[in-house]
Amino acid sequence: MGNGKAPEWLLPLALLAPAALFLTFFIAIPSVQALQLAFHSSSGSGSLEPFRRMVSDTRFLPALRNTLILIALIIPIQLVLALTMALIAQSRRRGAGFFLYVYAIPLAISELAAGLVWLAIFTERGYLNVILHGLGWIQRPVIFLSYERPLGILLAVVVAEAWRATAIVMVTLVAGLQMILGEYWEAAEVFGANLIQKIRYVVLPLLRPSLQAALIIRTLFAFQTFAVVVALGGGVLPVLASEAYNWYVGAHNPHVAAAYALVILVLSAITTGLYLRLLRVRPEELGR
Amino acid sequence: MKGRSWVGDVLWYAGAIALALWVLAPIYLIGLLAFSPRMAVYRWPRPLLPLELSVETMRFFVTATGTLAATWNSIVVALFTMILSLILGAPAGYALARFFFPGREAVRMGILMTRMFPMAILSIPLAVTFIRMGLYDTPWAVALVHTAMALPFVILITASVFTAIPRDLEEAAMTLGCSPLSAFLRISLPLALPGLAAAALFTFVISWNEVFAAAILTLRQRTLPALVITVLNESPLYFRFAGGFFMVAPALVILLIIRRYLFHLWGVSGR
Amino acid sequence: MAGVRLEGVRKTFGKVVALREISLTVEDGEFFVLLGPSGCGKTTLLRCIAGLERVDRGRIFIGNREVTGLPPRRRNIAMVFQSYAVFPHMKVYDNIAFGLRMRRVPEAEVRRRVERAAGMLQLEGLLDRYPAQLSGGQRQRVAVARALVMQPEVLLMDEPLSNLDALLRLHARAELKRLHQETGMTIIYVTHDQVEAMSLGDRIAVMREGEIVQVDAPMRIYEAPATVFVGGFIGNPPMNFLQGVVEDGEGGPVFHLEGHRIPLSLAGEVSSGQQLLLGIRAEHIRVNDESHPGALPAEVLVVEPLGAQLLITARIGTQTLKLSLPPGHPVAPGQLLWLSFPAEAIRWMDARSGRAIPASAPGSS
Repeated sequence: MGNGKAPEWLLPLALLAPAALFLTFFIAIPSVQALQLAFHSSSGSGSLEPFRRMVSDTRFLPALRNTLILIALIIPIQLVLALTMALIAQSRRRGAGFFLYVYAIPLAISELAAGLVWLAIFTERGYLNVILHGLGWIQRPVIFLSYERPLGILLAVVVAEAWRATAIVMVTLVAGLQMILGEYWEAAEVFGANLIQKIRYVVLPLLRPSLQAALIIRTLFAFQTFAVVVALGGGVLPVLASEAYNWYVGAHNPHVAAAYALVILVLSAITTGLYLRLLRVRPEELGR
Repeated sequence: MKGRSWVGDVLWYAGAIALALWVLAPIYLIGLLAFSPRMAVYRWPRPLLPLELSVETMRFFVTATGTLAATWNSIVVALFTMILSLILGAPAGYALARFFFPGREAVRMGILMTRMFPMAILSIPLAVTFIRMGLYDTPWAVALVHTAMALPFVILITASVFTAIPRDLEEAAMTLGCSPLSAFLRISLPLALPGLAAAALFTFVISWNEVFAAAILTLRQRTLPALVITVLNESPLYFRFAGGFFMVAPALVILLIIRRYLFHLWGVSGR
Repeated sequence: MAGVRLEGVRKTFGKVVALREISLTVEDGEFFVLLGPSGCGKTTLLRCIAGLERVDRGRIFIGNREVTGLPPRRRNIAMVFQSYAVFPHMKVYDNIAFGLRMRRVPEAEVRRRVERAAGMLQLEGLLDRYPAQLSGGQRQRVAVARALVMQPEVLLMDEPLSNLDALLRLHARAELKRLHQETGMTIIYVTHDQVEAMSLGDRIAVMREGEIVQVDAPMRIYEAPATVFVGGFIGNPPMNFLQGVVEDGEGGPVFHLEGHRIPLSLAGEVSSGQQLLLGIRAEHIRVNDESHPGALPAEVLVVEPLGAQLLITARIGTQTLKLSLPPGHPVAPGQLLWLSFPAEAIRWMDARSGRAIPASAPGSS
C-alpha cells in the first residue's frame, strides 16, 4: 500500500520485533542461565551437584508428590465446576449475565490473597468452625490446618485453588460455549437428547479446543502453585515452587533453586505435549 | 419445542445461587474480618453478621512498617508493567491481527509457548543477572519480569481486539484521504481503545497480584504481596486477613470496571 | 470524471494468481460492471484500482494520469465496500463529512455538500444518528453518500447490494441506476449477481479465474456469449448447450445431434468429426405439440410454473435442456414436444475449447 518501495512484510516485522526481542531476552536468556546455574556447583565448575543436592533433600520427593497430587485433585474439580458455571451462565433465563460476572470475580484475586481468604475460614477459630459450632455439630474448634496432618492442608489448598482459579477455566469455556449453545444445542434438543446426553455428545466434543486451552493454562499454572500453599500451610507442605523459593531466599543457593525451576519447566513441557496429543483437534473439526 | 418447566427453573436458580454464594461468601468473610476489631479474630464463638464494625484492624495493617512503601512499590511496578506491556504488545498484536506474512502462525504459537516457562525459570536466573547489573531490589526489575509474564497475554488480547475491528474500516478511511497511519489513528485506535484499556487494566491486576518473582527479586523494595508473604509467619492472624483484603479490594474494583470486556478478552486469548 | 485504463495488470497472493494480465478500458461516465463467480478476481481487480492492493505488474491509469504506485488517497477515487465500512464511532453526518475533512474542505462547504448528498439518498433525518441505530439499507446509503460527496473521478463499488434482503435490493438497484444517470459519474461495480449486472451495467466484463472472458454490452453478452462459461453464467435459466459432432452432408457439413441433423451456418472452419456445442436460450426454442419436418422430439421431464412462464426441463436422447412455454400451455411430464432451433438464435461453440465459433450471416445473432 506504500509507494512501492518497502516490501510488504517490513511493517509487521517492525511491529513484532520489539515484543519478540523483549520476550527472547527475558525468557530465552533466563532459560539458558537457569541451565547454567543448575549444572554448575557453587564453586563455579560444571557439575551435577545442584541436582544431587535437590534429589537427596528430604523435601524433594514430598514436594514433587504434593505438586502432582494437587494437580490431580484440582484440575478435574475445576473442570466440572467451570463447565457447570459456564452452562448456567449461558442459559437464557433472567439473571444469567449477573451470575456470569459473579463467577468471574476470582479472576482478580491472587493466589496469596486466596490463601489468606481461606485461612480465615480454615484456621482454628475460623469461620468453618464458627459455622459448625453454630449448627451445633461441634463444641470445641476442630484443627484443620495442623503441622501433624499435611493432608488437611493439602485439602484446604485444593479448596482454595478450586475457588480461585475455576474462573480462568470458566471464562475460557464460555467463549467456546457461546458458539456451540445456539443452534447445536437446540438441534440436539429437537432430536430428543436429555441434558446429560447434550453435554456428553454435543457440548464436550465441540468444546475440545477450548477445553484444551483451558487445561493447558491451568495445569501450567498449577505446577507453579506457591503462595496459596505458604499462606495455608506455612512451610509444612512442600511443593516444587515453594522449594525453589526456599532454596533461593532461605538457603541462598540459586543453583538448587534453578534445578527446581528446571524440573517445573520439564514437567510443564511434558504435560503440554500430552494435552496437545490427547486432546488433538484436527483442523477440519473446527469447521472453518 | 416444549416450554421450560418450573422445576428446571427452580433447579437452575438453586444451582446458580449456590455457586454464587461459593464465590462471594469467602470474600464477604475476609471483608468482615478486615473490618472487625483486631481481637475479634480470636473470639469464639462469633457472629457471621457485621455487628461490630471497626477500622482498627485495617489501620493496624496500613500503618505497619513497610505497608505504605510496599503499596507504592506495587503501584509503580504495576503501572510500569502495564505501560511497557502495552507499548511492546499492542503493535505486535496489531501486526498479528492485520497482516498476513509468512510464519504468522509460528509467531502466534511461539507467543503461546512462552507461557510454558514458569516464573521460577524467569526470576531465579534473572535475580543473579539483576544483582550484577545493579537492578536487583528495584521496582524496575520486578516490572521487567512482570512484563515478560504479561506480554504474551497482552499481545494475544490486542490481536483479538484489532481482529474484531473490520479491516474495511481502515481501508475505507484510506480511500477517503487517509494515510495508513492516520487511518489507524482516526479509525482503528478509537475503536480499539476500550478493549485496550481493559487489557491494560487486567495487566495491572496480573502484576499487582504476582508474588513469586516479586519476592525473589526484592529485599527491601518489597511489593505488597512480596511483603505480606515474607512476613507471613511472624505476623498475627488479623494482619494477614487485613493484608488479604487490602490486596483483593483494588483488583475487585478493576474487575468491576472491565467486566464488560472480560469474556471478550479471555475468550480469544485462550486459544 | 475520467475513464480508467488497465494495462497488463497482474496480481498474485503467494503462489495463487489472482489476476493474470488484465487489460481493460472503462469509458468516462460509464457504468461498468465486473461480473463473475466468487474467487474470480473481480474484487481484487477493484481493490487494485482503488490502490488497496499493490499490483505485481502492469499499469493503471485514471483519466490520463498513471496511478499505479499511488496510495488510495492520491487516486481521487471513492469506494463503497461490501460491508459498507461505515465508521461505527461517528455519526452519519461525520461519516459523510469524513473524506471532505481529510481534504481540509472549509466546514461551511462540508455542510453544504453533506446535506446535498444526504438529500440525494434520503438521509436527511438520520444525520445525527450513529450507524448502530440504522438499518442495513440506511447504512448502505450512508456508504454511498460518503463516497458521493468526494466527487471522485471514479466511484468503485464492491457488491454494495449483497447484504440487503431481496426486496430492498431491488429498490436500491433502481436507486443506484438513477444516481448514475443524475451524476454521470464513472462507476466500476463488482457483483456476482448476473441480474444486477444486466440491469445496471452499460458494459459488463465477465471474469473467471483471474481473466476477463468477455467485455460487452449486457444484451450482447446475453445473446452472444463468447464462451460456454459466459453462456452458462449469464441468464436464468442458463443457456442450453447440446453436444454433437460435425458430419459431411450433401450441401456441406451438418451437425449431428442424437440421431438428428441440423444445418450448420458458420463463418469459421469446421472439420468432419469435430465436437461442437449447440448453444441456445430457452426462450428462443420454438415448440410445437405436433411433429413437423426438421423438428426434434423431446420428452418432457419436469414442468415448473413460474408465473410469467412455464419452465420445462426436457430430454433429447441423453441430453437435457430447458425451454419455456407460455403459462397455461397444456403440458405434462412424459409428453413429447417438437423443438426447432432458429439458425439466427444458435450460438455454436467448439466443445473442446469452449469458445464460440462466429456465425456466417452478419448480424444474425
